[in-house]
Amino acid sequence: MGQAAGPGQAGSRAPAAGAWEPNAFVRVGGDNTVTVIVKHLEMGQGTFTGLPAIVADEMDAAWTQIRVEAAPADAGRYNNLLWGPVQGTGGSTALANSFEQLRKAGAAARAMLVGAAAKQWNVAADTIMVKQGVVTHASGRKATFGQLAAAAGTQPVPSDVKLKDPKDFVYIGKGAPRTDSRAKCNGTAMFTQDVRLPNMLTAVVAHPPRFGAKVARFDASQAAKVPGVKYVVEVPNGVAVLATSFWQAKKARDALKIEWDESGAFKRSPADIMADYKKLAATPGRVARNDGDTVKALAGAARTFDGAFEFPYLAHATMEPMNCVVNLSANSCEVWNGEQFHTVDQGAIAEAVGLKAQQVKINQIFAGGSLGRRANPASDFVREAAYVAKSIKGAAPVKLVWTREDDMQAGYYRPMYYHTIRAALDERGDVVAWQQRIVGQSILAGTAFEPMLVKDGVDATSVEGASTLPYAIPNVFVDLHSPKLAVPVQWWRSVGSTHTAFSTETFIDELATAAGKDPVEFRRSLLGAKPRHRAVLELAAEKAGWTAPLAATPGSRRGRGVAVHESFNTYVAQVAEVTVTPDGKFSVDRVICAVDCGIAVTPDVVRAQMEGGIGFGLSAALYSEISLKDGVVEQSNFHQYPVLRIGQMPKVEVHIVASNEKPSGVGEPATPVIAPAVANAIAAATGKRLRTLPLTLA
Amino acid sequence: MALLLVNNQRYTVDLPADTPLLWVLRDHLNLPGTKYGCGMALCGACTVHIDGLPTRSCTLPLSLLKPGARITTIEGLKTKEGKAVQTAWEKLDGPQCGYCQSGQIMSASALLASNRNPSDADIDASMAGNICRCATYVRIRAAVHEAAKSIG
Repeated sequence: MGQAAGPGQAGSRAPAAGAWEPNAFVRVGGDNTVTVIVKHLEMGQGTFTGLPAIVADEMDAAWTQIRVEAAPADAGRYNNLLWGPVQGTGGSTALANSFEQLRKAGAAARAMLVGAAAKQWNVAADTIMVKQGVVTHASGRKATFGQLAAAAGTQPVPSDVKLKDPKDFVYIGKGAPRTDSRAKCNGTAMFTQDVRLPNMLTAVVAHPPRFGAKVARFDASQAAKVPGVKYVVEVPNGVAVLATSFWQAKKARDALKIEWDESGAFKRSPADIMADYKKLAATPGRVARNDGDTVKALAGAARTFDGAFEFPYLAHATMEPMNCVVNLSANSCEVWNGEQFHTVDQGAIAEAVGLKAQQVKINQIFAGGSLGRRANPASDFVREAAYVAKSIKGAAPVKLVWTREDDMQAGYYRPMYYHTIRAALDERGDVVAWQQRIVGQSILAGTAFEPMLVKDGVDATSVEGASTLPYAIPNVFVDLHSPKLAVPVQWWRSVGSTHTAFSTETFIDELATAAGKDPVEFRRSLLGAKPRHRAVLELAAEKAGWTAPLAATPGSRRGRGVAVHESFNTYVAQVAEVTVTPDGKFSVDRVICAVDCGIAVTPDVVRAQMEGGIGFGLSAALYSEISLKDGVVEQSNFHQYPVLRIGQMPKVEVHIVASNEKPSGVGEPATPVIAPAVANAIAAATGKRLRTLPLTLA
Repeated sequence: MALLLVNNQRYTVDLPADTPLLWVLRDHLNLPGTKYGCGMALCGACTVHIDGLPTRSCTLPLSLLKPGARITTIEGLKTKEGKAVQTAWEKLDGPQCGYCQSGQIMSASALLASNRNPSDADIDASMAGNICRCATYVRIRAAVHEAAKSIG
C-alpha cells in the first residue's frame, strides 16, 4: 500500500523487534517507540491526539516516542463503553468513554516498566522515577522504555493501578501537538480515496433518481465500449460500472441507459411535507416531557407568545465523498474505510458477502470528515461496496467511489423539522409555561438503536435539547410526532440539538425582549439550578463585553446575540456580533465562545473544535438546504448547496472553563449554538425575529 | 500520448484527451495528495500549480494542458513559500480531517508567492475557492500570516 510511517498513519504495521504489548492499547517497541492503539476514528476531531495524550501522560512517555495506530474492528476489546457491545465513534463519546480506560492502560504499562527496572537494579519500585520516557534511579541507573520492554513483559499485569494525581499531569489539560498534522500538510495522509491495491478496479454506481425506485432494465452496450470498463453489474440500489480508473468508470456510468421502476418511489416536495407537518402539529404527539400543568398555566397567564420554526433537510457534504475499498476472497474480506461504525459495518459486510463477521477485517484509516455520515446505521455505502465486490465474485479488489453528486443526492440527510412553541409570562415577566411540539422523521426508527433510544414512541434524538430545556420554568410540556417518509435520514453533527437549540434559544430570547429584560440576565435568572450552563453564559458574556455598547458601523445596523446550550454533556455559550447592511445582507463578524467540557485534555483541540463547529453550524445557519422536486433532490454540488467559505468565517475567540469534572466530547457541541446566537443578534440589530433556517432577511 | 512535467519529472501517458489532470495524477501517476472533492472546480481540493499559478485540476482535461506546462502537486511543493506555508500549518495544527488541506496549502503558497504580506481580506479573496467543511478558516488565516512573517 505504500503507506508512510509515522505518527497518525493508520493501518497495521509489523511491530518492531522486541515489542511488548501490556494491554490492548499500548505497544512498546524495542526501538523505544510507544504505539497507542486508538479504537476511535480520526475524522478531524483529534482522537489521534487526545487519546494518545492520556496514555502518554500516565506512562510518563515523551511525546516524540508516541506513535498512533488504529484498532481493528473488535467489540471484545475495543467497544465504545458508552454504547454497549458496539465499536464505533459518535455522540462526542471518544474521549469521554476512553478517559479512565486509557489512563489505566497507561498506568499499568508504566507500573510494569518500573517493576522490570526495580528487579534489574535490585531496588524498591517506589524509589524509581519516570520522566519523558526515561526510567531512572537515584543511584544513577537509567533505562529507556525500549530497553526495558522485554523484561517488562515478564512482569505480572497489575490488577489495580494507581492513577496519577491530576496535579502531576504532563499532557492532560496542557495538550500536545496533533499527531496527524504533518501527514495532512504534506499530502501523505491516507484516506479511503487514496487506497490503491494491485489490480484494483474503481466502481461508480448509478443510483435511482428517486428514493424507493428500482432498476427495471438497463442497457450497458454503450457503457461497455468505454475503454477500461471491466464489468457492469446490477446491485440492490442501482447499476455499478467497474473500470481500471475512476474517469473511465464515471464516463461509462454516464453512458448507461437505465429504465427505473418508480412505482414505489417517493415523489413529494418539501412544501407538501411541511404542510403535512403543520397539520400534525395541531394534534397531540408522544409526550417527551411534562412538568406541572402547562395547559392550565397557559390559560391563566397574563401574556402568551407563539413561535413556529422550520428546518430543511441537510446533507453532510463531507469533503471526501463516501467511498469504501473491499477486497473479497473465498474465506475472507478485507476492507479499507474511514471507519466510524466498526462492528456495525463489519456485520453488514459479512451479511452482504455471506461470510462470518470475524472473517471481515476492517482497516480504519483517516476519514475526510464525517459530520455523522460515515456512521450509517444501515451501513449504506459500505454495504454497497460489498455488494459490488460480491457481484464480481471477488475477481478484483474494488474501490467504490461516490461522486460529489452521488454523495449529495443519495440521501441520509438531517431530517426536516417543524417546531411550535407557546410560552407564557406572568405579570412580573417571569416565564410560567413552555409548550413545545416537534414534528420530524425519527432518525433511529428501524435501526438497531431503536430499542435503546426510542422510548414510548419518543426518539430521544428528535427531542434532545428541547426535552432537556434547562430553564427553571414551572410548567414545561414537550411532545413529538415522528411521521414516516421514504427520504433516508441520519444524525448530523450534534443531532437533535441542530434544531432544538435554535428554537429554544431564539424563543427564550424573544421572551426576554417581551419581558423587557436583558437576554443574558434573563437566562441567568432561570439557570439557578444549572451552574455549568450559567458559568459558560457568564464567561461568554464577560469576554464579549456584553454590557458595553457594540462599536457602530456607519450606515449599517449592528447587533449582539447570545445562546447557551448543552449537548453530549458539554456546555457551550456563544455571543455573536453581526452587521446588517441597508440592502438587508448581514455578516457575522465575531463570535465569543465559552465551553465547559470537564477536563480539557488537549485544550488546543478543544479550541479547534469550537472554531470549526461554529463554522460548520454557520453553513446551515446561512446557506444550506436540501430540497426535492417531486422526489428528486435538487442539489447536486456546491453551486447549489452553498457552504461556508473563508470570507464568511467570523473571528472566533474560545474560552475554556477550568474544570475537574470528567471530560466530555467537543466534536459536536459548538455547532448548534451559533445559529440561535446569530438569529438573536439579527433581532437585536433589526427587531426582526427569524424562525426559519437558513436565515434570510430579505 | 501526452508528455507531462510533474514535480520536475517527465511522464508519458496514453489516456483519452478528456481525462482531467486530477485523475491522471491520482490514478495514473500515483500522486494521491491532490484530492477529489467536487469535480466542478467549486471546492479547491484538487488545486495544483501550473507554471506557478493555482489551478483546479479536476476540470482541466489533458487536451487543454499547454505543452511544457510545469505542474506542481503537494508532493512536489518545494518553493520557499510552500515550505513556509507547510511549516506554519503544522505549527498551528491547522488541519482537522485534512482532506482539503493539500488544496488549501497549494492556494496559500501561490498567494504568498505573489503577495508577501497579505491582509485578512487578501487571504479571504485568494482562498475563497477552497472549501473546508471542518471550517479551519480561522487557522488558515493565522497560518498564512505566520508563513508570511517567517519568510519576511
